[in-house]
Amino acid sequence: MLRSKDILGIRDLSSEEIIHILETAKDMKERIENKKIREKSLKNFSVVTLFYENSTRTKMSFALAGEYLGADVSDLGVATSSVNKGESLVDTGITLDQMGIDIMVIRHSMSGAANVLARNVKASVINAGDGVNEHPTQALLDLYTMYEKKKSFKDLKVAIIGDIIHSRVARSNVFGLTKLGANVVVGGPSTLISKNMECLGAKVTTDIKEALKDADIVMGLRIQLERQKGGLFPDLREYRDLFGIDEEMLKYAKPDALLMHPGPVNRGIELSTEIIDGPQSVINEQVKNGVAVRMALLHLLAEGRKNNEDIDSEWTYTRPYIQNRWNQRCIG
Amino acid sequence: MKILIQNGRILDPISKTDGIKDVLVENGVITAIEEKITASADQIIDAKGCWVTPGLIDVHVHLREPGYEYKETIKTGSRAAAKGGFTTICCMPNTNPVIDNEILVEYIKMKAEREAIVNVLPIGSITKGQKGEELSNIGKMAQAGICAISEDGKSVMNAGLLKKAMKYANMFNLPVLSHCEDNTLVGGGVMNAGEMAERVGMKGIGADSEEVIVARDIILARNTGARLHICHISTSGSVQLVREAKLRGENVSAEVCPHHFSLTDEAVEGYDANTKMNPPLRSAKDVESLKEGLKDNTIEIIATDHAPHHIDEKNCEYDRAAFGIVGLETALPLGITHLVEDNILTPMELIEKMSTNPAKLLGIDKGSIQVGKIADITIIDPNEEYEIDVNTFASKSKNSPFHGHRVKGKVKYTIVNGKIVLNDGELI
Repeated sequence: MLRSKDILGIRDLSSEEIIHILETAKDMKERIENKKIREKSLKNFSVVTLFYENSTRTKMSFALAGEYLGADVSDLGVATSSVNKGESLVDTGITLDQMGIDIMVIRHSMSGAANVLARNVKASVINAGDGVNEHPTQALLDLYTMYEKKKSFKDLKVAIIGDIIHSRVARSNVFGLTKLGANVVVGGPSTLISKNMECLGAKVTTDIKEALKDADIVMGLRIQLERQKGGLFPDLREYRDLFGIDEEMLKYAKPDALLMHPGPVNRGIELSTEIIDGPQSVINEQVKNGVAVRMALLHLLAEGRKNNEDIDSEWTYTRPYIQNRWNQRCIG
Repeated sequence: MKILIQNGRILDPISKTDGIKDVLVENGVITAIEEKITASADQIIDAKGCWVTPGLIDVHVHLREPGYEYKETIKTGSRAAAKGGFTTICCMPNTNPVIDNEILVEYIKMKAEREAIVNVLPIGSITKGQKGEELSNIGKMAQAGICAISEDGKSVMNAGLLKKAMKYANMFNLPVLSHCEDNTLVGGGVMNAGEMAERVGMKGIGADSEEVIVARDIILARNTGARLHICHISTSGSVQLVREAKLRGENVSAEVCPHHFSLTDEAVEGYDANTKMNPPLRSAKDVESLKEGLKDNTIEIIATDHAPHHIDEKNCEYDRAAFGIVGLETALPLGITHLVEDNILTPMELIEKMSTNPAKLLGIDKGSIQVGKIADITIIDPNEEYEIDVNTFASKSKNSPFHGHRVKGKVKYTIVNGKIVLNDGELI
């Protein structure tokens, strides 16, 4: 059972909730692999995807997750919707709410957009990536992949390398991994990494070898060319030579280290093709696990909605949460 | 019209009066302040347990008229001011069109005369259209009655042009109210750069973006002899820069907004855009420095930066939301709650920063409650406790992060030019 009607970030989830989601995903993965045991537990549930930013794997993954569970999944083609006429996010959400949508999956370029939507609608909201804030479902599928292979998070060393400062994936992973007892080191050029990450519990370094040393998990992150144009590093060649990971660099990690990447990968820049397609890579496995984790989330949220007909009184809404927090800070 | 205020605690920073007395107001002027006044009056106010202070003065208000009347008007803004205990407010020029010539100054004054219930003093922009390219008609606006010049909302990024503006404004004895923000360092930030920005995953606005301009403007003011006033100071480093300038004897003053000493950037958690303002809510360390600055009088003015916005401009994505919060109706209780109750300031010092010092900056004969002065008076019950409710605001906009906060201190009466405009907490 989840405490909130929404999945807005790993930051809001307890370690018990995370483990519960991962255990549920284990069951869901079996359903993906064995079509005979697929259950239509979400029959009569409606799911809509609202992607204000481009995406292939996340959007498709949610659509399939919903369909495998028997939900009615639709996509609000943002580019061809009233959003294009200037309709606000809140108004779009309220409109969909009136149509009886149970779960809204939103991706947005602005941090906190999912929170704004969640506090304005009765539907459950899943954050599929908001600005540079969080990408909780990606982190959960990453956690699931590690859980499946390593069985425990305790004292696991996870190295996340690349554009940390703009990465919602890195941030969600740091929140999740530190909650579960893993050690996280984030590494990259000083202009793509914030010292403030240390306040989230990660170790910060610009020395990639130090980050990779004895790591159990190596996670590369996508470098975006516009960062270079924005003056954050000189060019891709220099980035690859100083911060890219190839077979030689991967040797600094443990021999059985897993290589991960949220995709899509810039082959030959952040990771060499040899290691992407090498034996340590679980990048393709991550994609399959993504569907399982999203099935788990849809299943758990739907279960919560079924159990809480009167969700106003039973569930934690974002608005009272904020209000309570502020009252706690208030004097008098 | 005769008003007799009985048994109030008179707080007058000019004469250093702090005692229980009666005050008599006749035809708009204070005619007596004595221990017991027995004269008859048209209205007798029992001010027992209350402070009787010079009317509060706010040097930093956005009235949004002309151009953005859906957010606020001169009429509604003045009513919010009266409810907050302010008898004089200065309105910033970032309207549409920008207040950059004498015709607009005349317009504001005319509208204020017709519709406002408190004194409204317009501030002219430094450059035409606030574009930062050429000087506004500062001289003509001075003739028409502006009280200061400011580019509020942004800095004049061209240092050479600002230096000329400072020199030019000196001819008219106008203070320069400086919004300090280097836009090349802001980089799309929406909240304070720091640990909380990291936690909530939003772009931060570093302290350096403010401090670079504070330092620059202090240097330019020193060289031009301008009267420089730093608006809404928010960082520890800025406080130190102003403190050092004052120690050197330079003609610099600074203001702080109630939200900057009442909240930290922790309030941003949850993404409610009512916590989005410019400069942003800062760290606990900055808040401590602001309080120290208030205590040692580095910061001698409290101003609201009252910035009304429509609900749709706040109930949206944080990045997209407008900067700013309303402040006129919460300033005094926040001052009492966070400064007086916490022994940062005495009641007299609070009133000095909210009335006497703003009057000095503007060069107006206000900010004192003495016989012979125009009767701009605020009566405050410092002990009344309540929860701030934005739905009771007189302002057209309700964008405040303080909804639901428990505070102490309520404005009971506001008297402007001898006329009661707020009567026992109710607007007339």
